[in-house]
Amino acid sequence: MELDPFLLSRIQFAANISFHILFPSISIGLCWLLVFFRLRYTLTGDKDWEYAYFFWVKVFALTFALGVVSGITMSFQFGTNWPGFMERVGNIAGPLLGYEVLTAFFLEASFLGIMLYGKNLVSNRVHLISSFLVAIGTTTSAFWILSLNSWMHTPAGFTIENGVFMVDDWMEIIFNPSFKYRFIHTVTASLLTSAFFVAGISAWRARKNVDGPATWKVIRTGVVLAAIVAPIQIFVGDLHGLVALENQPAKIAAVEGIWETEKGAPLTLFGFPDEETRTTHFAVEVPKLASIILTHHADGELKGLNEFEEAHPPVAPLFWSFRVMVGMGFLMLAVAWWGSYALFRDKVGPWLLRTLSWMTFAGWVASLAGWYVTEIGRQPWVVQGYIRASEVVADHAGGMVLSTLIGYLLLYAFLLLFYILTLMHMSSKPARSLKESMDFAAPSIGTPGSAVTLGAL
Amino acid sequence: MEYWLPLIFVSLMGLALLLYIILDGYDLGIGILLPLATDDEKDRMIETIGPFWDANETWIVLGIGILLIAFPSAHGMILTHLYIPVTLMLFGLILRGVAFDFRVKVTAEYKRLWNNLFFIGSLLAAMAQGWMLGTYVMGLESSFTSIAFSIAISFSLPAFYVVLGCGWLFIKSSGEIYTKAAKWARTAILPMGIGLFLISIATPIASSTIAAKWFTLPAAIGLLPIPLMTGVAYITALWVLSKEEILRAGYGWIVFVCMVVMCLMMALGLAYSIFPDIVIGKLDIWESAASTASLEFALIGTAIAVPMILIYTAFIYKIFYGKSRPLSYE
Repeated sequence: MELDPFLLSRIQFAANISFHILFPSISIGLCWLLVFFRLRYTLTGDKDWEYAYFFWVKVFALTFALGVVSGITMSFQFGTNWPGFMERVGNIAGPLLGYEVLTAFFLEASFLGIMLYGKNLVSNRVHLISSFLVAIGTTTSAFWILSLNSWMHTPAGFTIENGVFMVDDWMEIIFNPSFKYRFIHTVTASLLTSAFFVAGISAWRARKNVDGPATWKVIRTGVVLAAIVAPIQIFVGDLHGLVALENQPAKIAAVEGIWETEKGAPLTLFGFPDEETRTTHFAVEVPKLASIILTHHADGELKGLNEFEEAHPPVAPLFWSFRVMVGMGFLMLAVAWWGSYALFRDKVGPWLLRTLSWMTFAGWVASLAGWYVTEIGRQPWVVQGYIRASEVVADHAGGMVLSTLIGYLLLYAFLLLFYILTLMHMSSKPARSLKESMDFAAPSIGTPGSAVTLGAL
Repeated sequence: MEYWLPLIFVSLMGLALLLYIILDGYDLGIGILLPLATDDEKDRMIETIGPFWDANETWIVLGIGILLIAFPSAHGMILTHLYIPVTLMLFGLILRGVAFDFRVKVTAEYKRLWNNLFFIGSLLAAMAQGWMLGTYVMGLESSFTSIAFSIAISFSLPAFYVVLGCGWLFIKSSGEIYTKAAKWARTAILPMGIGLFLISIATPIASSTIAAKWFTLPAAIGLLPIPLMTGVAYITALWVLSKEEILRAGYGWIVFVCMVVMCLMMALGLAYSIFPDIVIGKLDIWESAASTASLEFALIGTAIAVPMILIYTAFIYKIFYGKSRPLSYE
């Protein structure tokens, strides 16, 4: 079989970016949670918040390190595998990436040192500010990279001279049509991911009676945050979808499985899209609903895949990724609301804790699925409507790309395995100060005692 | 502006990469020394670099970032040529970077594994960087001379990092590690010196472009301070290392300064050899520069951000000034 270096480079990029996004999707939100814990401790003097901080800052350090090293890989991939990309759009992509390094990477990497190891060397105020600056850094990083990513979906503010993209207006480039939706959708996704992450691990810790009241405070923080953020996320996601409909109709047609342009298109809840026969097998449809959702008219017209011959994304991956994302989103909403209700009623049963710990990585599933919708949905373009991915790939031997791809996959599998094992190991141990300085009775689930302890939260 | 902007950015890129070699150089060097230390000493050694390594590593991202921003076509040409060493370097940096956290967070039985991976990652990254540097200086050729030259640098650069790392240990540590650092530095500095010397001789032989630049009068006279300063710094470092009483009096930091001076001089020599090309003999900085509008926009941010980065980097080095303490999150 002939090895296709283009396909292999794409798989390698997808593997790198999928692995990378796992960690920022936790650390952006988790960093703000850490600022919250520190702030609560500073304001209330309640030691539990400090213990919560001690435990989660360790998790943050580990997660952040994985994000940093996998992010460095990304910055080199542009040059090693996709040199044509920078040659064509370097005038636009270069400064955006440059601003990310200058305004975000150094900020977070530098103040991380104080945040992690400087607690005894600086005042509480400087330490709090350092944690805050790291959080600002992670979010600023997301700002720039999402600006570039959005520009690739909805390019604006440029002219083309001899095939090279020239800057026309930076404001139009940075704040391109899909940027604000994508930025809010991604940051909110990170808050939701980290909320379920801290609540899930804490639920596991609570079931094992680790760290007592501090653990319960974190569960409550995570569940309440998720309950607030989940509906916002669904709302913003819907707006984001409408922007995509306007700018990338082929993506929406693939997501909804609309083969031919039609008025009053039904919403396909479930089915098996088949590109060869151009039909969706076993489709379960709700009449007119897709038109109502996307155009707000029962007879609104939706463009079908027939309008984008040879230039539409593969249908099945998009169709499925979208349903996984939305399904997971609604599941998170349901669990977060159930959890909030139970917490406020002081009726937390073992089933809630179990469900929360099963859903520790629910945000990962939804985030990855969401990114697959976005990124696969742009194919075959790398810059929507202007540059195809196949035009910018490096001319490497297939075998060489295959060998590096295998190397990355093995390395990532190894790191992911250790990340999860290490989290489990860390979670089974109390935050150190807690073990040394306090010896309290942890609440046991399902007994009258738990309600009392929860009431004290 | 069309003339000056590429010059400004190539200088900034040089500065970022020089800072990278010095700053990540000392922490990669310490990583390479790790297997020679006892388990307890490993912890002490890593304490000296814990708060700094992440920011140190960011300088290569800035250096490569500037290459990408300012010279997009050179960026593609260089990185596609260096595909394998870049990938190996990334594997090394990934392993080293996560080992910082994993080694202290996993169960005891896996700590040894992560200590080993810390070492392997550091060595792999350092050797791959040497290879990249060598291939780059040889104008991205794949000839036999170019490969031999790259192999020579891929051994010399880690040796340089090791001596730099020992210099850092003199500054940040005391007691048994300080003594051991002296021993390691004495062992590494000779092969390092011989390696660098051979590379200096080999460079003009292997590259006629560079030879022409070095050996024409009057430039040759103007260039003399570079080898002279390098030699003085090297001999000073040798002398300090040979005097037990100077080291014991706490002047080991001189070794670190000497290594920085050497690095600076070699960087100047290299910059002179390459300029105004960005890929030797293939592309110059003006041919490969991004559009003026893009460079102007990038310059505004750079002019504001780089001084700020330098200020808060200094602030952080001040906070962690002096002999290092056990790393604690609390």
